[in-house]
Amino acid sequence: MNSAEVLLLAISPEAAWSWLIEPFQLGFMVRALWVSAFVGVVCAVLSCYITLKGWSLMGDAVSHAVVPGVVVAYALGLPFALGAFVFGFGATVAIGYVKSQTRLKEDAVIGVIFTGFFAFGLVLATKIPSNIDLFHILFGNILGISDQDIIQTLISGIITLTIILLRRKDLLLFCFDPNHAKAIGLNTNLMYYTLLSVLALTTVTALQTAGIVLVVAMLVTPGATAYLLSDRFDHMLLFSVATSVLSCVLGTYFSYHLDASTGGCIVVLLTFFFVVAMLFAPKYGILTQRRTRKKALPDSFLATNATPAPSTEDS
Amino acid sequence: MAFATVQPKASPTYGISVDNISVTYSNARMALYNASCYVQPGTITGLVGPNGGGKSTLFKSIMGFLSPSQGRVHIDNLSIEKAQKQQIIAYVPQADEVDWNFPISVFDVVMMGRYGYMNMLRIPSRKDRRLVMESLERVGMSEFRNRQIGELSGGQKKRAFLARALAQEGKVILLDEPFTGVDVKTEKSIINLLLQLRDEGHTVLVSTHDLASISTFCDRVILLNQTILAAGTTDETFTEENLAMTFGGLPLSSLPSKSSLPSKNSLLASPSAQPLANQPGHPHFNPDKTTLLAQTDRMQTRE
Repeated sequence: MNSAEVLLLAISPEAAWSWLIEPFQLGFMVRALWVSAFVGVVCAVLSCYITLKGWSLMGDAVSHAVVPGVVVAYALGLPFALGAFVFGFGATVAIGYVKSQTRLKEDAVIGVIFTGFFAFGLVLATKIPSNIDLFHILFGNILGISDQDIIQTLISGIITLTIILLRRKDLLLFCFDPNHAKAIGLNTNLMYYTLLSVLALTTVTALQTAGIVLVVAMLVTPGATAYLLSDRFDHMLLFSVATSVLSCVLGTYFSYHLDASTGGCIVVLLTFFFVVAMLFAPKYGILTQRRTRKKALPDSFLATNATPAPSTEDS
Repeated sequence: MAFATVQPKASPTYGISVDNISVTYSNARMALYNASCYVQPGTITGLVGPNGGGKSTLFKSIMGFLSPSQGRVHIDNLSIEKAQKQQIIAYVPQADEVDWNFPISVFDVVMMGRYGYMNMLRIPSRKDRRLVMESLERVGMSEFRNRQIGELSGGQKKRAFLARALAQEGKVILLDEPFTGVDVKTEKSIINLLLQLRDEGHTVLVSTHDLASISTFCDRVILLNQTILAAGTTDETFTEENLAMTFGGLPLSSLPSKSSLPSKNSLLASPSAQPLANQPGHPHFNPDKTTLLAQTDRMQTRE
């Protein structure tokens, strides 16, 4: 917008109001806002598990590995979600296999496999004649999302949420103490593959919103932010969903007015919330800890001696 | 040393059979070699050996976390898998195996001991809650049940995981280095609890390198350095000579490869195994390989 428009907004409250609500009167914007909010919920829920399990790199790998799947699916006239899921999941299986068969460390295996898949996808996308816009795959295109893509996003998202809801306690146990899970006779292999397939499904869900390059931010940042804010998993889940949905909705909204990349706006906001949490989180914030440490300094000895409560003896 | 244990007839007790297992890791390092032993039901058995001597590997084999390249482990006549499905084996992990920053409360950790009894959604029943509270009570952790696990002292952390094993009602309890990072008072209270559990018919296997406490509470010991060097009652087995052999012995990697080893029969045929000629304290301590192996074979008596 030019300076004359800014001046108009500044002097006329009515003009300012209509400017503010303008996106809500456009069909494609309303749709984009709903879809991004939904994607925000799905990613936020999964990101709690991914952060706790330490699978951020795996999220990056899966998101990049779906590219050939999307291209092949389009070429064959299949739903893109199907192709993306098969290749995303296939990449994780390949990573697990290569890791178990070689002496390489996991990060090296992940690095090799996902870039290999990604490069293969780029070659396919540029050689197979199709109407795929590579830019949209890489960076997302939520403002121009088609009805068909919305349906695929909804289906994969709902499947993801259902699986997590049904298996949430086992998945949490799997993240926390897989040895105990095994010791009580639970099938940890099944949990491993459940979490991987849910990860692949979530990537598919978020593909249209953030694009492949930024999906990993949606899969990691909300969980990481929430982890700094709470000591309880259910609280963490709430904080994660809240920051994620807020970022998705506001990011989509801002991207309209800024005429900037939607995925980019969302991830910038996610990162902003992360930095705020990192600095000011009530217990684990950097600044908060600095302040409490300073305050506690004079009677720090008292504090450390008081921690093991007097009644530690047991029978 | 009282190892005549009171075993209530009503509830079954379980022993652990380790049947000639060998474990090789992917980097070709052999962690355990032809290890055989039987952990007697209703006893506290100490698993003693140097770091890197295969204690953790033996534990992992008993827990079914890794499958031996040879031999097998079972809980009396149950396979490990069956025993796990029946909630027979409870495991108290080493402190450094746990992510203490995990956003979970003590109560929820102990409740995880009950998951094997719950339906697919893991919704706790009244009984589950009662057992969790009783277990917390028994280890003196009730008042800390709402703490995040990282907010506990070393001893409290240990007791939280002990409570989980109690809540699981496993008849075989494995504790991996339970006394590291724990003060003397907590160590005593843990030992008291283990003695009680034994008298209730539990089989307790404790891996430790805290040699001082062994004879105060272990009925039996297993000495381990890449294979089982000796096993038996604490009085008979926990001797200076055996300890010297365990902690001063050769690492297995320096032994000749498997194919070039003399056969078991020839070892058995050899004249009675001699005690180690030179003392382990000596910097050039180098017991005769054949003697060491012969002793190993002799001491693998299964009772």
